[in-house]
Amino acid sequence: MNRARRFGTVIGLVVLCAILWILTPYFLTVSNLLNVAEQTSINAIVAVGMTFVILSAGIDLSVGSIVAFAGVVLGLALRGDQPLAVALALALATGVVCGLVNGLLVSVGDLPPFIVTLGTMSIARGAALLVTEGRPISGFAPSFRVLATGRVGFVPAPVIATAVVYLAAHVALTRTTFGRYVYAIGGNEEATRLSGVAVRFHKAMIYAVSGLMSAIAAVILTARLNSAQPIAGMMYELDAIAATVIGGTSLMGGDGTLAGTLVGALIMGVLRNGLNLLGVSSFLQQIVIGGVIVVAVLLDTMLKRNRM
Amino acid sequence: MTIAAPALEMRGIRKAFPGVVALDGVDLTLHAGEVHMLLGENGAGKSTLMKILSGAYAKDAGEILIDGARVEIAGPRDALARGIRVIYQELNLVPQLSAAENIFLGALPTRAPFPGVVDRRALHERAAQLLADLGMTIDPRVRVDRLGLAQRQMVEIAKALAPADERSAAARVLVMDEPTSALTRREVEQLFALIARLAARGVAIVYITHRMDEVFRIGRRVTVLRDGRRVASRLLGEVTVAELVRLMANRDLSDHFPKVRAPLGAELLRLEHVSRAGALTDVSLSLHAGEVLGIAGLLGAGRTELARVIAGADRCDNGRVVVAGSAVRFRGPADAIARGIGLLPEDRKAEGLVAGLTVARNIALPHGRRLARAGFLASARETALARPIGDELRIKATPTQPVRLLSGGNQQKVVLGKWLAGDVRVFVFDEPTRGIDVGSKVEIYTLMNRLTARGAGIVMISSELPELLGMSDRIVVMHRGRIQAQLDAAEATEERVLSAALGLAGASPDASDRGFDR
Repeated sequence: MNRARRFGTVIGLVVLCAILWILTPYFLTVSNLLNVAEQTSINAIVAVGMTFVILSAGIDLSVGSIVAFAGVVLGLALRGDQPLAVALALALATGVVCGLVNGLLVSVGDLPPFIVTLGTMSIARGAALLVTEGRPISGFAPSFRVLATGRVGFVPAPVIATAVVYLAAHVALTRTTFGRYVYAIGGNEEATRLSGVAVRFHKAMIYAVSGLMSAIAAVILTARLNSAQPIAGMMYELDAIAATVIGGTSLMGGDGTLAGTLVGALIMGVLRNGLNLLGVSSFLQQIVIGGVIVVAVLLDTMLKRNRM
Repeated sequence: MTIAAPALEMRGIRKAFPGVVALDGVDLTLHAGEVHMLLGENGAGKSTLMKILSGAYAKDAGEILIDGARVEIAGPRDALARGIRVIYQELNLVPQLSAAENIFLGALPTRAPFPGVVDRRALHERAAQLLADLGMTIDPRVRVDRLGLAQRQMVEIAKALAPADERSAAARVLVMDEPTSALTRREVEQLFALIARLAARGVAIVYITHRMDEVFRIGRRVTVLRDGRRVASRLLGEVTVAELVRLMANRDLSDHFPKVRAPLGAELLRLEHVSRAGALTDVSLSLHAGEVLGIAGLLGAGRTELARVIAGADRCDNGRVVVAGSAVRFRGPADAIARGIGLLPEDRKAEGLVAGLTVARNIALPHGRRLARAGFLASARETALARPIGDELRIKATPTQPVRLLSGGNQQKVVLGKWLAGDVRVFVFDEPTRGIDVGSKVEIYTLMNRLTARGAGIVMISSELPELLGMSDRIVVMHRGRIQAQLDAAEATEERVLSAALGLAGASPDASDRGFDR
């Protein structure tokens, strides 16, 4: 049943690519496709964390702000002449700690995830603005920027990073007890608790994973822009939710796949790229992308209904 | 003699789901004013047949006739418009709205010049009239979440009988799916009186139940389904209980309660003066290896709360829990499970199962840490764990099927399977056979025998007295959070258990209410 649905999104992606290819032949060149993959990488990585959270029947609105905050911490560390490894570790730790705060408030504090992450969305954004006094931190060493500009063969580094993240996350979700508990908690939290699973611990970890993904995205974004900006990552939470939902993950929790999320992120990336190539105004682009999200979920719901 | 066309007739109804034929040419004839009992084990096709009648499912083949005329039921609204009403086991009310608002939810009366503005006075008048008409004493203004379960059920019936909107016909066929499973005796009597009044008005009633006494008490005719086929339709005056059970199960169940006494061993569990605010007061009991300890009591007597404290789901405020000789303090279910205590919760859908996960993954859920290697959990190991348990319990499903698709009896076996897979010695069964067909019930009883023979102890909560009397070695009767009586199997009778449950025996009248007054 999941297969039929995933297949549906893949068909959507293929059809979309075909249409764009007909409208603008440049779309289907290797350089443009690599470009799409690179541009999609940040949303795709943030969406991994979002998928974990949504599978557990939660939501994480703070991912965009964590991208900004972790990026700013990274920028300050690099500016403070910290070694690259230390700066990266600090950035990733920032993301994990922010995620853990979310997770503990949701699990131990027993608060609704929507409210908690709405709060931390504002707090992390404010923290990023505070420590930078609202100014971007720019100009980093090439040894750092290679994380975005480097290539392995002809494949851009961010694409490699995305592939590694998806592979690891997919294994975690399908082959580990942690992954099984993510689905179980989203499917029926009380039954999972009564089965002796440490639900609170795992819920906290799920949000920590989401924070970690935001931090990884922050590293790539900062390297690519050669600048850490406190206003980075605006609306990333909505893009990540959209990719997850287009990919067929149920907002009710317990049902969905990372493969679907990747396809969902690619659909959004391809759409943006194609509309740019076609010279569609950015205002109109927003309308089109919004429409695609709604139609994708509508088709998904209809598919589900037909299965009855 | 001329016979009026039946109110409703279903002929040769067929419905297949992927991998299973749920209904294979079923006939059902309903006459106006009759109470028609629908019997069958779980998975026999009762629910599917009723869902086709209510328009929730589309049939693959067959025909439906109303008053002798062929009709196609296009969907739930169409069924409503044709006067077909179904009350499911799970009630469908909005708890935050009043009884009246629930009853007329689809057709709230509005104030004439202002479309969309609810006319509260008319609403309450109509609801009061309808409720009085049905002989129900419920205030239409009261919020549904303030009502007891039986009263909610009454509201649901009133809702079913109220016109869903202006166009719909009056109720002609009313389907009730195990309506008494959560009711007390007195409430059951009220319900039966209501059913009799409705039948007298010419409503055809389909009544699904597993309780044989009800079948003979209120039914006129009975239809038995087995494995998606109709095996018999009879007048109830012409059949016996034994015959019906045989028809349902296709095997003789001469002994409903195949109790085998196991030799008693060491003490497995002891509760000393356990209290929990608002739920339990000074509860002391003990359970030995090989023993089935029955817990009796009315709804709200604290039985489920007791089960949850034993299983670590809730904490106790006072008192001691002693497992296998050492005092324990459970911080959560995981601690209790580590001590070998497994809970079969009262509500298997809400607390026992993750519906979207497979049979194997549900059974393996408590054992993730044991099955995994360095956090990695191979599906093959879950399946390997679940397969022999599926065989032992005769779960009619493969390990890789989602439990959502299983019938109630099989789902219950999956919950049981979770604990058979582990090192559990104390089983806490909260209503283990509720809503389960006769065949599965007997299977669960024989499983209990096997467990006690292996040296396990079972705490069994049940609202069915025959089951308690038939399967327990000892019975503890609870009343308002306290233990009212402890009876050996030999001295326990229905009367003694019931009078203790009602608080009539063995109580010191001055102390019994302390801590429970609001």
